[in-house]
Amino acid sequence: MDLFVNIMLGIIIAATPLVFAAIGELVVEKSGVLNLGVEGLMIIGAVAGFSATVETGSFILGILAAIAAGAILAFLFGILTQTLLSNQVATGLALTMFGLGLAALWGQGYSGKSVADFPRLYIPVLSDLPVIGPLLFSQDFLVYVSIGLVIAVAWFLKKTRGGLIIRAIGENHDAAHTIGYPVVRYRFYTLLFGGACAGLGGAYLSLVQTPIWVENMTAGRGWIALALVVFAAWRPGRALLGAYLFGGITILQFHSQGFGINIEPQLLAMLPYLATILVLVLISRDKLKVRLNAPASLARPFYATT
Amino acid sequence: MFRLEPRKEPSRLMLYLTPFFAVVMTMLAGLLLFYILGKDPIRAITLIFFTPLTTLFSLSELTVKATPLILIAIGLSFGFRAGIWNIGAEGQFIMGALAGGSVALALYEVEGIWVLPVMCLAGALGGMIWAAIPAILKIRFNANEILVSLMLVYVATLILSVLVHGALRDPEGHNFPESRLFHDSAILPIFIENTRAHIGFVVALLAVAVAWFCMQRHIIGFQIKVLGDAPRAAKFAGFSERNIIWICFLSSGALAGLAGIFEAAGPVGQLVPALPVGYGFTAIIVAFLGRLNPIGILLGGLLMALTYIGGEGAQVAMSLPSATTSVFQGMLLFFLLATDILVNYRLRPISKLSAESGTSAVKFQQAE
Repeated sequence: MDLFVNIMLGIIIAATPLVFAAIGELVVEKSGVLNLGVEGLMIIGAVAGFSATVETGSFILGILAAIAAGAILAFLFGILTQTLLSNQVATGLALTMFGLGLAALWGQGYSGKSVADFPRLYIPVLSDLPVIGPLLFSQDFLVYVSIGLVIAVAWFLKKTRGGLIIRAIGENHDAAHTIGYPVVRYRFYTLLFGGACAGLGGAYLSLVQTPIWVENMTAGRGWIALALVVFAAWRPGRALLGAYLFGGITILQFHSQGFGINIEPQLLAMLPYLATILVLVLISRDKLKVRLNAPASLARPFYATT
Repeated sequence: MFRLEPRKEPSRLMLYLTPFFAVVMTMLAGLLLFYILGKDPIRAITLIFFTPLTTLFSLSELTVKATPLILIAIGLSFGFRAGIWNIGAEGQFIMGALAGGSVALALYEVEGIWVLPVMCLAGALGGMIWAAIPAILKIRFNANEILVSLMLVYVATLILSVLVHGALRDPEGHNFPESRLFHDSAILPIFIENTRAHIGFVVALLAVAVAWFCMQRHIIGFQIKVLGDAPRAAKFAGFSERNIIWICFLSSGALAGLAGIFEAAGPVGQLVPALPVGYGFTAIIVAFLGRLNPIGILLGGLLMALTYIGGEGAQVAMSLPSATTSVFQGMLLFFLLATDILVNYRLRPISKLSAESGTSAVKFQQAE
């Protein structure tokens, strides 16, 4: 039973940064923008969160710094792709490269430093229950935030006026513009939200998952989050499911020895990347389905002619 | 204030001028960055962009760094023209180095001028096979090539790590995760004595010439351009998208693989886990900086190599952090993409006069 609980705890911790990054990118893509810079946003969030926590000693300030850093960088992406109409694929790549470089520069003095243990929820009685206690009632608050965020996004996109406008813009920005919706402004909103989420996901890595700062510590998680959005067919609930699935694959490598599997650690470390490819293949096979699910204006530049 | 107005035709002048704007803007932003870091900005910029041009040795190093960048960027430019995004060149670079390096190690101490060509062939093939994976998954299963090729970078890095820790480890190397040093027949010849400038640079120049010919004079280049600019027109003209995807991936994989084995058999001389240093990603910047044009890529590759060498020099001389170079490269691509808009749009000042004339034009039309 202990092993089961440990594995489940590991999955939750591995999945949460992916949940944040994927749900943010999902909203961005719903509005018709493809931000391939999630990796860069996450790493900036990781370094901002970590350095601010080290300097101030406050996790809240660290998290806020990560959110702000992600949003600022995403704003830059917005200026380039929305105002200056640059190619979204190339700009996303630029954002990732710039983010990785800037984070390495920023984090220079912080490698080797450490932060306190991230506080966890404790409810008397409930948290002491076997199995359910540690799994449901003893997580850090960001885990609850991540799940709440997915529910909120699902509700927002489906049930509110703002969500409808975002989906309309993502499906056909010309039509949405003709009706009078400010396409670019809404896309800036979603980009800022996506940047903030990715930044938060990065902070989760450097504050909770492995509470240290290491260069390139995101190790492709931003890209996996992008694949998760495709996997999820742009549905929030499925993004959550996908993130937990990937969390499971990621932590397999730490528990494999417990199961008596004895192979090279590098081969196990490949699993999340191979799984991403497999998932993409399985999901994309049906061309028509992908075309129906994907926002129709995704990655297309928008220039208001009138 | 200004307003963006679409041009009737893309401005050729701006197409060639904007890379220079971007470089100047990067230098200016760099001044600011160094000022914030508390370093002497002028000295840093001089060390990065100008000092490497003053000695023969650093000029020869320029060719060493530019070789992989140019080779990879030439390959990528085909795909980018066609709207096919192979961004996993770093992985193809690693697999090329591994395939070619394995040949070198298998033929350890075998003399002969045929050893190097066989290694290079194996390297190109290794990169090609690695690039064939995203190609076939895109063609057969419609899987996004950006994500697949990128995931394969991580996989390739791990394969390199497994092999240099295991099968390819130097038997006399005290368990260090490194291969043997390649023997003399497996090392690329040097063309300037007492430097590391190897003949890979000549091959890169050749690749530039061949790519230029393909793009400007061959039907393949034409098909690639049409597919990128007007996918529907390409379909109506009967161009096979599948073939173009294959050509773009296989050629870029082969060139990246070649770059990989050149790196292993050139400046590095063995297989080490630290062989990939990001050339595959920097080459993406080079491809855009060169406007996806082979001649432009040659110049862009040399410029980017300059920032590598200058960056290293500045790191030593001014104890700058090593990440400075990648920040610079990221900024350069940002500015390039930002100034790109001048190619297809012009800036029109919004003045009271033009606003008035605009309304009168509308009135005039209505009157008609």
